[in-house]
Amino acid sequence: MIAEAGHYALVLALALALIQSTVPMAGARWRDPTLMNVARSTALAQLLFVAVSFAALVTLHVTSDFSVVNVFENSHSMKPLIYKITGVWGNHEGSMLLWVSILALFGGLVAAFGNNLPLSLRAHVLVVQAWVASAFYLFILITSNPFLRIANPPIEGRDLNPVLQDIGLAVHPPLLYLGYVGFSISFSFAVAALIEGRIDAAWARWVRPWTLVAWIFLTLGIAMGSYWAYYELGWGGWWFWDPVENASLMPWLAGTALLHSAVVMEKRNALKVWTILLAILTFSLSLLGTFLVRSGVLTSVHAFATDPTRGVFILLILCIFIGGSLSLYAWRASALKQGGLFAPISREGALVLNNLFLTTACATVFIGTLYPLALEVLTGDKISVGAPFFNLTFAPLFLPLMLAMPFGPLLAWKRGDLLGAAQRLTAAGVAALIAIAVLWAWTRGGSAFAPLAIGLAVFVIAGALSDLAERTSLFRVPFGTAMRRARGLPRSTWGTVFAHAGVGVALIGIVCETTWNSEYIGTMKPDDIAVVAGYELKLDRVTQRQGPNFREMLAQFTVSLDGKRLSAMTPSKRNFTTRGSSTTEAALLTRGASQLYISLGDTAADGATAVRIYHKPLVLLIWFGPVLMAFGGMLSLSDRRLRVGAPKPAKALRGLQPAE
Amino acid sequence: MTRKQRRLTMIGGSLAVLAVAAALVLNAMRDSIVFFSTPTMVAEKHIAAGKRFRLGGLVQPGSLVRGDNLVVTFTVADGSAALPVSYKGMLPDLFREGQGVVAEGALDPSGVFKADTVLAKHDETYMPREVADALKKQGHWKDDYGAKPDYNAKPPGTPEASRAAQGAPQADQGAPQAKQGVSQ
Repeated sequence: MIAEAGHYALVLALALALIQSTVPMAGARWRDPTLMNVARSTALAQLLFVAVSFAALVTLHVTSDFSVVNVFENSHSMKPLIYKITGVWGNHEGSMLLWVSILALFGGLVAAFGNNLPLSLRAHVLVVQAWVASAFYLFILITSNPFLRIANPPIEGRDLNPVLQDIGLAVHPPLLYLGYVGFSISFSFAVAALIEGRIDAAWARWVRPWTLVAWIFLTLGIAMGSYWAYYELGWGGWWFWDPVENASLMPWLAGTALLHSAVVMEKRNALKVWTILLAILTFSLSLLGTFLVRSGVLTSVHAFATDPTRGVFILLILCIFIGGSLSLYAWRASALKQGGLFAPISREGALVLNNLFLTTACATVFIGTLYPLALEVLTGDKISVGAPFFNLTFAPLFLPLMLAMPFGPLLAWKRGDLLGAAQRLTAAGVAALIAIAVLWAWTRGGSAFAPLAIGLAVFVIAGALSDLAERTSLFRVPFGTAMRRARGLPRSTWGTVFAHAGVGVALIGIVCETTWNSEYIGTMKPDDIAVVAGYELKLDRVTQRQGPNFREMLAQFTVSLDGKRLSAMTPSKRNFTTRGSSTTEAALLTRGASQLYISLGDTAADGATAVRIYHKPLVLLIWFGPVLMAFGGMLSLSDRRLRVGAPKPAKALRGLQPAE
Repeated sequence: MTRKQRRLTMIGGSLAVLAVAAALVLNAMRDSIVFFSTPTMVAEKHIAAGKRFRLGGLVQPGSLVRGDNLVVTFTVADGSAALPVSYKGMLPDLFREGQGVVAEGALDPSGVFKADTVLAKHDETYMPREVADALKKQGHWKDDYGAKPDYNAKPPGTPEASRAAQGAPQADQGAPQAKQGVSQ
């Protein structure tokens, strides 16, 4: 019953989405407020029905109803409750249902909190939102129905892929999807603006918080995914330039650019056409990511060709939405009025530079991700584009961006003073040079790259702080006055400081981890001692244990530093009987921002266990940086000017005129 | 500056960045792209020693020898040809004899493939996609490897159905499962 109810709720959601994608459109054309308001009720009702559908699938998983294919394939009655719930989105069908649920959630939020939007703009935004929703409801119902039954229900399920039986699955996909799908709102706003042929600073003021929300979640989602891969895969890597990761990085880069160009539009009413294009591109890249991950094209181009229903369906959605929105853009963008003038050296100019580098970096990731697929389809040659490619293309584009980053907030709008900004960054520059000199002396003979990169990171962090000192006149006025000024600063300024400093912090972590990582790989027997980066790790004993749905081999290590016992570490290797596969559970010991990392390999016939031990200096900064960025985003989101709501545009009625 | 000059500055700057990016991409394409080969292709093409490539095939049953200090040697075969591989380090969890594997490295002068990375980048059918495609091309592919099971055709529990179920392709949300690997 529950499965059928869930299925039925999804069909009803589709019906509502179809109403929402047509009726308000007609209402906007005829200037009929009643018809336009239909969008609001249908968006809220849609959210309700999708939530029912999603709750139904969760219930099926929790109660281990193996008569449903999706539950049978991905669950097991012995699985802990938390993994029964997270297993809902640990598979194709369920994760698509999560996708549309979040889409409906965002639509519902616009409907519920968009009261200060002009009526026709809100109607159009929800119409576009409903187009996207309808396409994905159809996709789920036609090709990936999670509620399919099995005629002869089995007694036990096939269990969830062991790697996914981790708390990471509970957090990472929902965060990532909140980010991915959140960009649909900026997309809908952009398309609505093109349909209406009208766009102003107020538009940017409405779009920015939604973009910011999506960006915060995507930042956290990517960081969380990276940390998950780091501790779960057992070899200490945290970024692989894997197509699946690139699929989430591309919308992040474009979204970051969008966030910055929306500022220019909001403050200076310039870069309108570009901002619209970025909003379209960002969500297009989110759709592309969904296509790459969901169509199976990455697993095999040939699997895609032989079982094309899903892949072709998403490809079709991709073509319709990207092609359609870009055509609309080409057709209508010229109708949008050009904005204010500014000199190349100005805050606007700096933000344009930011956009230029971010979108170009995004383009290199795009090429590196799709070139192998294109080449395989065209010539049949198989190549792999890995980290070396991205290190040679992405990194050189990101370094000048970071160098320019501290200058941006110090330049005035319209016409900036580069020399003045440079003078105000003297302290930051000196800090960076000191950092370089100290590291250079300390790592005598090491590579020159690491000290320089860390110097750059210090420059970015100190630059962000200089901006703060500048605005509060710290050191020039009494300390109390400066503190009062600091409290009086807009939260968005604080947000900028934290977000920019976060980039520097992440860079320090990345450079330290890749340059000064020490490792020990070898076989160990009980009472053997391995020495890594000064730490002594003694293998005490190896024991066996039975878990709920796995058997586990635990190795107990004692860690000591300079003869003093610090802690115990117990890495393990789990064997999941149902799937006959094993996972490596690394043991982590955090020392400040650095970590010791132990993972186990196979046990040889003589009882010696293969062990991999890493010492990763300052590795936690890699994820602490994005957390700082997201925190900056949240501060900015709580800024008064965004909370109070956008003022009504001067000529609100113009929005009601039909788009010619 | 006039509006036109400003616009020219902007366009000029953009083109400069794009040109740099294009140069970087082309340069990286030349140096850092790794081709995929099977033992048969290696035998046919006479790949020079020292040139990096990815080798894919099945680990020949009985060929895995574990030496001291985590040195392992095994043979990768694709039905028509075989190539000895040596590797030092820990093999990934999913490495099995008789199953697919992809190794990255280069041939040494004696014709042994020195791998510095062994990937087990595949689902529970233990079949990396490059290997599956290559085997299919050569006709060494058993069809039940990747077929989607039809649950309503046979009652589950019969040997055929459970084997088919084992072969169901797994498309999981951006999970690290797809990126298992070992590298040094």
